[in-house]
Amino acid sequence: MLRLDDIHTYYGKSHILHGVSLEVGPGEVVGLLGRNGVGKSTTLKTIAGLVRPAQGRVSFEGREVAGLPPYRLAHLGIAWVPEDRRVFKLLTVAENLRTGLDRAGMTEARRNELLDKVYRFFPFLAERRRQAGGTLSGGEQQMLAIARAMMLEPRIILLDEPTEGLMPRMVSQIREIIERLHEEKVAILLVEQNVPLTLEATSRCYIMEKGVVQHEAPSRDLKANHDIVRQYLGV
Amino acid sequence: MDPRSTRDGGAPGPEARSAAPLLRTERLTVRFGGLTALNGVSVAVPRGEIRAVIGPNGAGKSTFFNCITGVLRPTSGRIWLGDDDITGLPPDRVSRKGVARSYQITNILPGASVLENVRIAAQSRHHGWSLLRHHRAFGDLIDRSRAVLADVGLLPKEAELAANLSHGDQRTLEIAIALATDPRLLCLDEPTAGMSVAETQATVDLVRRIARNLTVVIVEHDMEVVMGLAGTITVLHYGEVLAEGSPAEIQANARVQEVYLKT
Amino acid sequence: MGIPFDQIAIQTVNGLVNGLILALVASGLTLIFGIMDVVNFAHGDLVMLGGFVGAVTVASTGNFWIAMLTAALTIAVFGALLQMTTLRPLLGRDPLTTILATFGISLVLQKYALWQWGPSARRIPEPITGQFALFYLQYPWYRVLGAFLSAAIIGALYLFLKYGKYGIWIRATTQDRIMAGAMGIPVPLVHTTVFAIGAAMAAASGVLFGPLGGVTQTMGFDFTLRAFIVVVVGGMGNLGGSILAAILISLLEAYASLIVSPAQAVIVSFVALIMTLLLRPTGLFVPTPR
Repeated sequence: MLRLDDIHTYYGKSHILHGVSLEVGPGEVVGLLGRNGVGKSTTLKTIAGLVRPAQGRVSFEGREVAGLPPYRLAHLGIAWVPEDRRVFKLLTVAENLRTGLDRAGMTEARRNELLDKVYRFFPFLAERRRQAGGTLSGGEQQMLAIARAMMLEPRIILLDEPTEGLMPRMVSQIREIIERLHEEKVAILLVEQNVPLTLEATSRCYIMEKGVVQHEAPSRDLKANHDIVRQYLGV
Repeated sequence: MDPRSTRDGGAPGPEARSAAPLLRTERLTVRFGGLTALNGVSVAVPRGEIRAVIGPNGAGKSTFFNCITGVLRPTSGRIWLGDDDITGLPPDRVSRKGVARSYQITNILPGASVLENVRIAAQSRHHGWSLLRHHRAFGDLIDRSRAVLADVGLLPKEAELAANLSHGDQRTLEIAIALATDPRLLCLDEPTAGMSVAETQATVDLVRRIARNLTVVIVEHDMEVVMGLAGTITVLHYGEVLAEGSPAEIQANARVQEVYLKT
Repeated sequence: MGIPFDQIAIQTVNGLVNGLILALVASGLTLIFGIMDVVNFAHGDLVMLGGFVGAVTVASTGNFWIAMLTAALTIAVFGALLQMTTLRPLLGRDPLTTILATFGISLVLQKYALWQWGPSARRIPEPITGQFALFYLQYPWYRVLGAFLSAAIIGALYLFLKYGKYGIWIRATTQDRIMAGAMGIPVPLVHTTVFAIGAAMAAASGVLFGPLGGVTQTMGFDFTLRAFIVVVVGGMGNLGGSILAAILISLLEAYASLIVSPAQAVIVSFVALIMTLLLRPTGLFVPTPR
């Protein structure tokens, strides 16, 4: 469904991605692991159209999408949840969710349906629907960012380090949400530094180093054999 | 006051050597409002050592780096460079005391040649007013700059416009600019970020070469670089020193592995 | 000194009237800056163009309201085309580039107006004549009407932004254009629309101002200058701040012209600008970030 072929991305002159290739099948939950600075976030941003690759191909559901603007990709079904959440601080929770609900073909009925669904997923958001996004705590903002992405009814969600800076209790909540999204047949590409969570939540993982994918394996294999993880992510 | 007694936590380490430390921090603490970025960090880096500072996201590496280079003023604690107390001094004063740093965003003058970039940096340290009186001094300056360029391997490109250099060469030029100020302490901030494997290796070789007469503090994420270069590694975690020791000791340290893999 | 109370009262009313019309111009300017970081030096010339289109329409139809509507729509379309061709390609570049571009556009528009409509000033007749007694003066009703209309248009804009269907798109894009795009909001379209809205508001103020001061090719500069002062004092991108600042500055000028001539009274605006930049550079009504 999503496929990257030999992607090279630059920030100015800095060559961040040196030929990344990976793929995510429909409904799969795939992990992307690696230390800081290896290019995981840049990979997600390239997929989401926020940065244009200098070389290589990105195909989604059979079409070439590299170079399309982010809003077109959102309409095609690619949702991006950034590392710093980027909740619209001056919009209310309800308005934050609404930003994803004015797409072509949306009816009032469908909008309410989706809102009800997400309020059931995240009851605390329902309570806070008139509160400004910037007044939520870090963990709540993370939930809001994920809920907001769900409003796009995406085929794949790109999750960038959702558990960073969160307390253990919230980390397990994120784990549950990933599980439930998987039940809804939404594919997920999960960038994380929390290795145990990633190995639990995903069916397979890519490991990146120095701007390239160095290793790929089913998550249960990585769980069983710690050495590989230690080699690429440890010290 | 015995510098060896102020270090916190970790395995027995380098202060067992006889050299008096060139860089020493004493209970360095930085607070931003409610957030404590550094909490009582005490380190001692002996002369001539290559010290790597590592740690997971948010450990305080950048904060530590910014303190010792004068960009950030610590909330409490002291920093010593040799016998000088450099706590809270602004970056230009710290630089004059002998601390040079490289930046993650390249900080070179794109419109000037490679040689000019280095010459301008060298000029800031020597000569000054005397340039007006001794035109020969300018010649010395050029010679010094050429020597630095030869050290880093950029001499063949001395006339090249800095903007036209490849990214890797630009990062190397940055290191040359830092060296031109004749520092006692060289601070490198993720020097191999965004580099390919080949460029990374070249940078590692370069740092090893120039570190012979220098003390180096390097913040890095690339573990191969760290293990290959560092004489001693300081691991930070949530603003505190988690462990200190040789590369072998750190790799064998279970707590460090845990922290890196579990975060 | 002892300035008679009724003179102060009259200047207060004048200040409010001028302030509200200025607020209409400044709101468009601050909206455009807030969403796409464009410092639009041609904004006052959009006022001027609106005035001319209005004057010509009034001359042929005899109806002030049709003239205002025509001017607003025409200049809105013109503004949209202008943004798409000259400003959209410059998005994200160094601010100096857009300043130079809009400055160039301003010169072109002024010369165009000169060529199209000749050098003499145009008049727009007031839609309602008649005056009422305000203290010792016979105060024209039209001035009050102009103020009301300006306030109404600004009010409509505010309601649209807050409650309108696409108001959320505009507010989201203003706060975080990257994330807005990632949420499927067509950012380039939002930019063009906001520019068009700003242009329409400028054109409307040109027509509203017509009966008060006439329409000339060079009137744009005064509006641009005053609007900028207002936007800086009120806080760039801050809609409420611009409105308050417009009224404040116009009041100060009105009071100052009790003491000095009106031409000198404009110095007050500059003093306000300098004080703001020195003491609260992000704007009087914006909390200074620590």
